[in-house]
Amino acid sequence: MIRDITIGQYYPAKSPIHKLDPRTKLAGTLIFIISVFLFHTVVGYAVATVFLAGMILISTVPVKFIFKGLKAIFMILLITMVFNIFLTPGEAIVTFGIFKITKEGVSMAVRMAIRLIYLVIGSSLMTLTTTPNQLTDGLEKSLRPLNKIHVPVHEIAMMMSIALRFIPILLEETDKIMKAQIARGADFENGNLIQKVKNMVPLLVPLFISAFRRANDLAMAMEARCYHGGDDRTQMKPLKYKKRDHIAYLILFAYLAVAIGFRMAGL
Amino acid sequence: MGIIKAAKLTFDYLRYDEDGNVEDTQRAVDSVDLDIQPGEFVAVLGHNGSGKSTFAKHINALLLPTEGTIWIDGIDTSKEPELWKVRQKAGMVFQNPDNQIIGTVVEEDVGFGPENMGISTGDIWKRVDESLAKTGMTAYRHHSPNKLSGGQKQRVAIAGVMAMRPQCIVLDEPTAMLDPNGRKEVLEAVHQLNRQENVTVVLITHYMEEVIDADRVVVMDDGHVVMEGTPKEIFSQVETLKKYRLDVPQVTLLAHELKQSGVDIPDGILTTEELVNALCQ
Repeated sequence: MIRDITIGQYYPAKSPIHKLDPRTKLAGTLIFIISVFLFHTVVGYAVATVFLAGMILISTVPVKFIFKGLKAIFMILLITMVFNIFLTPGEAIVTFGIFKITKEGVSMAVRMAIRLIYLVIGSSLMTLTTTPNQLTDGLEKSLRPLNKIHVPVHEIAMMMSIALRFIPILLEETDKIMKAQIARGADFENGNLIQKVKNMVPLLVPLFISAFRRANDLAMAMEARCYHGGDDRTQMKPLKYKKRDHIAYLILFAYLAVAIGFRMAGL
Repeated sequence: MGIIKAAKLTFDYLRYDEDGNVEDTQRAVDSVDLDIQPGEFVAVLGHNGSGKSTFAKHINALLLPTEGTIWIDGIDTSKEPELWKVRQKAGMVFQNPDNQIIGTVVEEDVGFGPENMGISTGDIWKRVDESLAKTGMTAYRHHSPNKLSGGQKQRVAIAGVMAMRPQCIVLDEPTAMLDPNGRKEVLEAVHQLNRQENVTVVLITHYMEEVIDADRVVVMDDGHVVMEGTPKEIFSQVETLKKYRLDVPQVTLLAHELKQSGVDIPDGILTTEELVNALCQ
């Protein structure tokens, strides 16, 4: 069923990581990404690996879910590695005509690969343990200082959460319109790419019209329920840091300190 | 003065040309006078384009009158600073259940209204629990609205309005997109709120069967209020209703036809039981 599609890649579980405040997880992801760029030796990467493996273990998310995210970046990874291997100047190991593989190139390529892989694993661990809604809430609250420079943070977060709510509805509608147009003889399957794109027009036009109509209705319903932007608005589920968040922050800062320390010591 | 009072309420829809000049005006509501008492269950009937939805939107100050005035609990809706007070006092439920649910979880949607009103977190939870219980949706509080049936979605919408503690609920064809079961479910919830919480209900509809249990029926045609009275009074005038392109309930029609052909039964029969009783006498 089209309506059963889950958005994002949330893996429901009750681990301590799932229970953390989304802001903590956002900060954690950021710190992890920074650390991956700070570390540049085998010892450093070992520390990052231990940290990441520990987090995955605590999160109880099956490893195969975590590695799924890597499929998407496989090509990027390959291209980055090839370029790094062949184009980094330095001491040549093997030479083919004008191409040469350098020692520095290989070490650079391996380092880049590790960074990319850890980056993706780290951020998918966050999206796997946080519902899209929590993520929106977390972003809204973390970015609230931007309000001072007139960034409409609340409005952006509201748009994100409404979009999340309407994705399944619009998917269902697409399905319905598609069937209705097929019944009238529309062809969505045959022809080359250009024809296929052209054939999408009878699907997209009604979908857009209906989306605008829905937007209009929703705006009216929101106004009828006293919605008037983010000012003077209270929250039913305000984000509150709990004890586990404080502990998590301690661990995160300790980890960051280690990363900085390693860098300074040249390890 | 009642909770909703309209005096010479008139509304024109304006159509603008490309330069922003008024090209065409269409009078949707024409000098409507209406006085609704607290706790009353009023049904507004009319075929498509009779102005009943336009009238409903005035109660919630979504539309402001072109001429005339409408007061909600003594507040003139055209006074800008009172806008949010009016919308809190008169909640509104719309036709399409999908297009009025904002939250991605049932309880979050019910909390949306109180959040906008700036109520403290603890009180929001209290109100949400209460409203869900009143509409019988407590069991679904953690569900996604997308997985509910049409009737359940409308009950969530009603709970969302109830959480704002309104004195009056306006339902604009809430059952038009539902199947018969969903229709029954929603109407039962509305009647229960009216009886137990003493909430004033204005039900806009074109289904005759839904107005039988109302305290008062108002029939609109072409922007005017053309008939007003108890369901019995209204439905005893079968010929007049037909003139306004409204169908009377099947039982009433049958009773009317029987009476026309000489059977001795009273006017304005609304339910099957009444007809059976009248015939068996």
